[in-house]
This record gives sequence, structure tokens and C-alpha cells, in this order.
Amino acid sequence: MLRRLARVLPVALPLLFATSVAAASPFVFTAIPDEDETRLQERFQKVADYLADELEVEVRFVPVKSYAAAVTAFRNDQVQLAWFGGLSGVQARERVPGSRALAQGVEDAEFRTYFIAHESTGLEEGAGLVEAMRDMTFTFGAKGSTSGRLMPEHYLREAFGEAPEEVFSRVGFSGNHSRTASLVASGAYQLGALNYTVWENELEAGNLDADSVKVVWQTPTYPDYQWTIRGDVDERFGEGFADRVQQALLGMDDPELLESFPRSGFIPVDNADYEIIRQVGQQLDILD
Amino acid sequence: MWQSKTVRTSLALALLAIVCLALADLQISAHDPWAELGRLMQGLTHPDFTAVDFLGKAIVRTLAFAFVGVGAGAAAGLLLALLFQHRAVRTTCAFIRAIHELFWALIFLQFFGLHPLTGVLAIAIPYAGIFAKVYAEILDESDPQPSKVIPHGSGMVAALLYSRFSQAWPHLATYTAYRLECGLRSSAVLGFVGMPTLGFYLESSFAQGHYTTVGALLLLFYGLIGTLRLWVRPRLLPLYLLAAPFLLGDGLPIRWQSVSRFFTEDIVPEPLRQGEGVAGLLPWLGELLVDEALPGIWNTLLLTQIALVATGLLALLLYPLVSQHFTGRHASGRIRGALGHGVLVVLRSTPEYLLAFILLQLWGPSMLPAVVALAIHNGGIIGHLVGQRSNAITLRADAPRGIERYAFELTPRLYGPFLALLFYRWEIIMRETAILGILGIATLGFHVDSAIQEIRFDRAMILILITALLNIGVDILARRLRNRLRLRHTASCEP
Repeated sequence: MLRRLARVLPVALPLLFATSVAAASPFVFTAIPDEDETRLQERFQKVADYLADELEVEVRFVPVKSYAAAVTAFRNDQVQLAWFGGLSGVQARERVPGSRALAQGVEDAEFRTYFIAHESTGLEEGAGLVEAMRDMTFTFGAKGSTSGRLMPEHYLREAFGEAPEEVFSRVGFSGNHSRTASLVASGAYQLGALNYTVWENELEAGNLDADSVKVVWQTPTYPDYQWTIRGDVDERFGEGFADRVQQALLGMDDPELLESFPRSGFIPVDNADYEIIRQVGQQLDILD
Repeated sequence: MWQSKTVRTSLALALLAIVCLALADLQISAHDPWAELGRLMQGLTHPDFTAVDFLGKAIVRTLAFAFVGVGAGAAAGLLLALLFQHRAVRTTCAFIRAIHELFWALIFLQFFGLHPLTGVLAIAIPYAGIFAKVYAEILDESDPQPSKVIPHGSGMVAALLYSRFSQAWPHLATYTAYRLECGLRSSAVLGFVGMPTLGFYLESSFAQGHYTTVGALLLLFYGLIGTLRLWVRPRLLPLYLLAAPFLLGDGLPIRWQSVSRFFTEDIVPEPLRQGEGVAGLLPWLGELLVDEALPGIWNTLLLTQIALVATGLLALLLYPLVSQHFTGRHASGRIRGALGHGVLVVLRSTPEYLLAFILLQLWGPSMLPAVVALAIHNGGIIGHLVGQRSNAITLRADAPRGIERYAFELTPRLYGPFLALLFYRWEIIMRETAILGILGIATLGFHVDSAIQEIRFDRAMILILITALLNIGVDILARRLRNRLRLRHTASCEP
């Protein structure tokens, strides 16, 4: 048997490589997994179909399991376009020279994080980041999230003058915004911080019991999500391809499509708009 | 003397675990954990198999990655086993198997990305290290006599094949089949980091509370492992191995520049990359050690110790379920034995990672889900093996019955082999403990995951290296203890 096995393997293994080379390369994009997966899959499949129509190339959406995986796929040129958060976009563009931010949602120019609390904490709506929060349990979203980690940590440090681990009795990373909402709503964590659009979406969809959890503070605004494209797409897909992608994204006006994000539309943006995110990332030692 | 040493060691380990228990965070923080568990149970009893297309795909991918990964690992392991007398080979093997397949996957993801090769190598590399060690042990145990009577001038390969291999063959085959089962578990778990296997769908269905899909996925997985013996036939194996590479899926094409960039830039410590030289390296390393490595090591050791003792206790409680001395030999006993067997199969075929993931969803983040998951999986394995061992014991006709038989007759006689097995799994428990950090428990894996999320592979690699060294250290400690207590340990320690 082992002899047979030894005969089979040298044949089988190279085949593994061969399958990957043969396929012609479509235009591939990904998105950070910041929400429930079925919703993401639905949303971005629609975007893929839309882009394929507009750009007249084969467009494929590939889901990934973490923010870092999205950045890595972009960096390794396995995807050429991505819907990043503020921080992941900065991480990606720093590592891929020539890449640029193309478009952000209208809401992303002035994005916010909501701090939410379970009713058992006794915290009032709009209470602010108060001393009473000390020693409660708190959850961020994903480790690499802008609205679920970077900005809330920044404002927590500003308010308490200490790292979140010192302020709270337990600090968790829920993984994504939908999960942060449901963890705080169920009382598994007393406090949490999340993307305000996801919060409003979940409330509207009736996934949350509005009595059991309330917004206690909202951060000042900052720039967040954006579409980022690699600099070398023009070479591969033809002159002016990146601009065409930008036009297609800006021209997205199907209400159903926009609502799935949820954004009211897309507006042009450039790399410099995210300077503030880069600075905060460096301050918190998340960026080098 | 023999006995008192064993007792002293056992008591010391148990005492240490109690101290650790006091230091560990074992709180249930979920608001209503039992309602959540109820929903899961309902999902298991009302599984939804309607999403057939993706269930089928998940199963095929899980099998394909397991077959290609384990096949490649076994082939490489066999070659390494033949060179196992060289210290360099032994050290290399110890090192590559000290790194968990999920860590390997996280490393390969950085430059092969979502390509099948990532999953295949993540299984093949650590498995090659394990295969090499166990194959070498099995070959060593074979009788050297036949090789002496082989005529001079026979080729080395022929000599090996007709003497050592032909004797060791049944053991090699049994062990390889067992590893295939492990490979299926590994393959399923790789889905959690993005490979298209069962874990991928399990994670998302769980996250969204689709418990009926979770139920279907879990039942399919148990079915797959439970029926392994029926469909993995020696004759069919070449067919599977040939077909598997074609069923891995396409993934995304590899850019080979990413590979060289990973080795020449990404994993070079930041101060060196910035040209700060050794002067910058030391503070960087110091900070990494104090802020991340040491707390990670502390929690890893704490959790390993508690899980080790919990595993031992559970195994001692479980083994009577599959021991004929308790179930009885007649018809009704057989049924009881089969039931007990079924329970242990479910316990041990659920990967720790998966169990810990489920329990974390139910109970909230603390060490408790990890301890329970490790104890259930490993306790199931050891309980099964100790039970089997007990069936080889012949009792006197007037042997005591019931609890007395358990406490004064069988358990003392099985205690040696039991400890040997437990020590054998010590390293495995620690390797798993570290990896559970990815789920949010503050062991080393948590810090590795953080470094990867921050796209700082220089830090991730150093933390993975520390994890590997820790595992090697525990392995050495376990071997010392086995020798001190004169516990026989051989390849047959693995089921």
C-alpha cells in the first residue's frame, strides 16, 4: 500500500499546482467580514453582478474570515479591489504601493461609533463614558475594526487615561458588529462599542430588543469604510480601468443595492482623507 | 517504592491543578447559557439538510484536504522515519510537529492566501513530523533478525521492504488509518481560518444562530468519522488519493512574489527592517516578551495544567463504559458496551477547537469552555484506550464487583498505562491550549492572532516559535516523568 502511495503522490501533488495556473484571472474583490455572513454574501454578490455589467469583465466576490485576511488577499494580489474599513484600508494601502482609495459611502465621511449598555447596568441613554463603567465587562468588535476597536479604544483611553484592560473587568473581541450587538443585548457583556449603521440596521430589522440595550455615548465623527483598488489593475485590465471602477462605484444608485450596505450613495475620496486614522493607529501601536 | 512515586507524582499534578484553578478565570459570563444550549440541542434533533449544495461541497472539501494532507504527510513522514537516527532529522520533526496545524495555516495564508496549498501543507507538515516519529518507533520495535538473513548484495530498499516493513506493516497501516481520522478533524477545523471545509460553514451558521444548519453539519461530521471503517478500504485508498487533489477547489491563484516577500520582509523583526540593528532589536523583543509572550505563556501553562488533570479524571470515570468487566459479556452487556462505545466516539471525534468554540458561544469567554472542551476530547480518547486495555485483563472468579471492582481491582492495575497515556497527550493538550487563544481565551494563540490581525508577522512568528519551544519542553518533561515512573511508552499509546 505504501509503495502504491509513493507512486501516486508524485503524480498527484504537481496536479495541485497545475489547477491553479490554468484558470484565467477574473477581477476579484473582497470585503471585511464586519457583519453577518449571509448578509455580506447577498450584498456583495449583487455588487459583483453590477460591476460585471458596468465593467464588462468577469467579476468575482470572495468572502474571507477576518479583517487581516482581507488585507492579505489584497496585498498578495489575490483580490484587486476591496471594501475596507478605515484602519484595514490604511494597512492595505501602506503595503501596496500605488493603491488608492476610490470611493466611500456618504455616511463614511462622518462615521461614528456607538457605545451601548445592557439595561442591567442602570446606565441612562446618553450617559457618556462615565466612571460608573469601571469594572464592568466590555466587548469590542473585531481586533482590526475601525469603529469596533480603533476609535472606541482611542476615546476610552482619552476618557479614562488608561488602557481598556485596566478600566474594565473583562475585555472581549466579539468578532463583528452584529455579534457585539447581540452579546450586549443578551447581557453576555454589559458594555460594547460598534458601528452605528449596523446598530441602526439591527434595530430596524427587529433583531434587537430596544428595551434591553441602549446607546450611552456616541463618538465624534471620523472617516471610515472605503473602496480601495490596487495600482496595477490598469496594466492587467486595460488603461483607465481603475477610473472606470471608480465611476461604476460612484454611479451605483439602485436603492436596493445601496440599502444593503446601508449607504445613501458613494462619493469620491482619496488616501489623504484617512490620515487621521493612520495617526490614531500609530498612537495605539496598532500600526508601525 | 514504584507505587509511592506514582502516587506522589499524581498528587503533585492534582495539587498544582487545584492551585491553578484558584488563579484561573472560570466564570460563566453568558446571560442565559442554558437557553442557548437548548437551541443547539433543538438544532441537533431537527437538523436542516436542505442546503444540500453547500453541505455536499463542504463534505467533499473536508475529505479532499484530509486525504491529500495526510497522504503527503505520511509519504514525507516515512522518508523522514528512515533517517530518524540523525539528530537533525529528529529535531526538525520535533519542531514541525510542535506547531499546530492552525498556526501553519495562518502562516501559509499570508503568502499562499486562499489557495488549496495552504490547507494541504498546514496538515501535511505537522503530520509529517508526527508520522516520522511514530513510524520510526514502530520500525524500531520490529525484529531485526530477518534483515540479518537477507542475502548480501540485496538492495537497501528491498532489504527494508522484506524485513522491517513486512513485519511492521499492520502497525503502520493501523496508525496511518488513525491519523486519517485526525486529519479529517484537522481539515474540518481549518475552515475556521478560511479554508472551504466544514468549519467554514459551521462558524458562519453558528455566528448567525442558524442552529438547524449547525445540527446538520455536526451530524454529517460524526457520520463521516463514525463510518470511516466502512468506506476507507485499502483497495479504495489509491482511488481516493488520486481523486482528492482534484476536489480541493480552485481557491485564488498564488503570486510567488508574496512568498519571497514573506521571508525577506514580513518576518524580519521591525527594528531590523527599519535599520535600527541589534540596538533596536533588544527593546523590541523585551516589550514583546513582557506584554504578550509572558502573559500568554502563563495562561497557557495554567490552562494546560487544569485541562490535563480534568482529562485524567474524566478518562478514569469514562473507561468503565467500554470495559467488559463493567458492561458484562453477554447480549445485554454487548448492547451496553456498544452504547458506551458510541458515547466515547462522539466525545473523542469532536475536535477540541470545535467544542471550545461551541461552549464559548454558550458560556461566554473564560477558561472554562477551554478546560471542558480539552477534557471531553482527550478524556474520551484516553478513556477508550484504558477501557480497551482493561479488556485484556482476566479477573479471578471471586473478584469483587461494582464499585469495589472499580476502585480496588481494575483502576489500580490500569493506573500505570493510564498515566503513560495521559503523559503522552500532555504535549497535545498544550498545543491545543495555545491554539484555543484564537477563539479569545488569553493563551499564546490570542497574542499570535492579535499580531496577525495587526499584520505584524515578525511578532506572530516569534510568538509561534515560543509556543513551539513550550510544547517541546513539555514533551521532554513528560518523557522524563514516564522514565522516572518506569511507564512503558510506545507508539501503541496512540489509538
